[in-house]
Amino acid sequence: MSGHSLHSPLANSSLLPPTAPPWRIRRSPAAWMRKNLFSTPFSGVLTICFTALAAWLLYQLLSFAVFDAVWTGGQEECRANPDGACWPFIVEKFDYLRYGAYPVAERWRVDLTLIIGAVLIVWLLWKRAPQRNVAALLFFIAYPVVAFVLLRGVASLNLPVIDTVLWGGLLITLLMSVVGIVFSLPIGVLLALGRRSELPLVRAVCVIFIEVVRGVPFITVLFMANFMMPLFVPDYLTPDRLLRPLIAIALFSSAYMAEVVRAGLQAIPKGQYEAAKALGLSYFTIMRLIILPQALTIVIPGIVSTFIGLFKDTTLVAIVGIADFLRAVETARVDPNWAGPTISSTGYLFAGLVYWIFCFGMSRYSQAMEREFARGHKS
Amino acid sequence: MVRQTVSARRVVTSEAAMAIELREVNKWFGSFHALRDINLSVSPGERIVICGPSGSGKSTMIRCINHLEEHQTGEIIVNGRALTEDFRKIDEIRRDVGMVFQHFNLFPHLTVLDNCTLALIWVRRMPRKAAEEVARRYLDRVRIAEKAHSFPGQLSGGQQQRAAIARALCMNPKIMLFDEPTSSLDPEIVKEVLDTMVSLAGEGRTMLCVTHEMGFAREVADRVVFMDRGEIVEANTPHEFFGNPRSGRARQFLAQVLK
Repeated sequence: MSGHSLHSPLANSSLLPPTAPPWRIRRSPAAWMRKNLFSTPFSGVLTICFTALAAWLLYQLLSFAVFDAVWTGGQEECRANPDGACWPFIVEKFDYLRYGAYPVAERWRVDLTLIIGAVLIVWLLWKRAPQRNVAALLFFIAYPVVAFVLLRGVASLNLPVIDTVLWGGLLITLLMSVVGIVFSLPIGVLLALGRRSELPLVRAVCVIFIEVVRGVPFITVLFMANFMMPLFVPDYLTPDRLLRPLIAIALFSSAYMAEVVRAGLQAIPKGQYEAAKALGLSYFTIMRLIILPQALTIVIPGIVSTFIGLFKDTTLVAIVGIADFLRAVETARVDPNWAGPTISSTGYLFAGLVYWIFCFGMSRYSQAMEREFARGHKS
Repeated sequence: MVRQTVSARRVVTSEAAMAIELREVNKWFGSFHALRDINLSVSPGERIVICGPSGSGKSTMIRCINHLEEHQTGEIIVNGRALTEDFRKIDEIRRDVGMVFQHFNLFPHLTVLDNCTLALIWVRRMPRKAAEEVARRYLDRVRIAEKAHSFPGQLSGGQQQRAAIARALCMNPKIMLFDEPTSSLDPEIVKEVLDTMVSLAGEGRTMLCVTHEMGFAREVADRVVFMDRGEIVEANTPHEFFGNPRSGRARQFLAQVLK
């Protein structure tokens, strides 16, 4: 820099004495409120009305879910209380909601699978964790095998085979969404690259796939996977009844993912490709190291939206007879032993809460990631 | 068709000694004739400044040399290798040709150091340590060694362009192409980039530079190529070109540029 002092910014801030801002623009809670909540009489009235409305709604929710709810006891207490949620019902059905009809004696296998999965996912997603590539290797290569062996069972390993008909509850929801998420992103990236390819045949195949899949409701895809595939494919080649919707959901969301990723690819200036080409880098190196890292960063919100959509779309597999989490809530809710005035409301409230926790978690993680990247690249 | 004539030529000519050969090169963008019958031979170590009014095909011409643009007829031979559709050959040529762009085109998600080592690691297959050593040497050469771990977005325009020059130099190219390297810089910063380029010019590398900096042309160019409407109108030593332009178009252009 020494030779270039002439070119350094002329207004060196250390030469100018700092001046305090005038008191009017200083921050204080009262000033903030006056400016944002009570700037005019009308806005003051609105502020008061909406605060009251929000307080009333919150009170209603809390009195149903907390103050008037039944916390201890059983069916009798719930039947006697028409005002609040019936949490003992959730407690008793909790195992069913998690495992469905998975045999009780073998449920430790589900727990173990979920724990291993959770540990690997945290390891993989936690930015400062050591050896994250090892985590990736374990999660994407070893874990599917382990999960298959544990969940389905291998008789020779003394793990009785559990037919997928018995699988259910949160297990199905998590399985569907994790498989969907893990496959839809890479397939979506490939489709997006294919759609921008200079080879007409590759481009045509990708465009047709994306447009057909996006033009068809997910339920139709599920029906086709479930009822039509066995008509065309011989019996011994027909995939398992759980595998069919799994493939369907992965392919379905990859079409949406492709368009999200394509939006990111289009946002990358031509100069980036040119600079990379001029250095002699090959197409795949350019994509992997220059274009995709930037494009995917731009579309993190879109990618996570697609993941969240996928997570909630897994509820649709109930239509082809798979007992996912929401379906398990439905089944539990109509149990005649628990016929009480608030059983359904409690069940749905709980279901909503569980879905919200997962979706909100993904949303927060994506925001943290956006901040992380923003810190990395820009000044 | 192009390929045949090219391979036939390569056997016959002894012009492999030329760094760059353009013969009867034509290019159209749609129906717009961007390059008309371009003939240009550049010998190794020669420093050429290309100037001309905007839209005259200057950038297009040098972008054809590393195949960022595709020429449609004629032939381009770089370091004895003919430019064809063959991907491997294009990549070989690109390894010998460094390019500096008007808008720097640094990779914003990588640090300056990583920008420089990228091609060494992935094209030259150099170990990271060695690549970083090379990169540091060139960053030092353009005097921004202390910015190695900054991201491009944290640098001023002039620093970014010098980083981009370092990135190109890391591959130790025989030929450097500059596509209006100072056109998007603030006037007071232009000098620091030009100084870097002047010092490069003394190193015996072949340089082709599209620029409006006539002072730079006078100082370092062996030849000034003046283009207009896709044609090379004049190619002469700076002394001749500035002192005694032969064509009316060049006279007109110089009158405007030099005020």
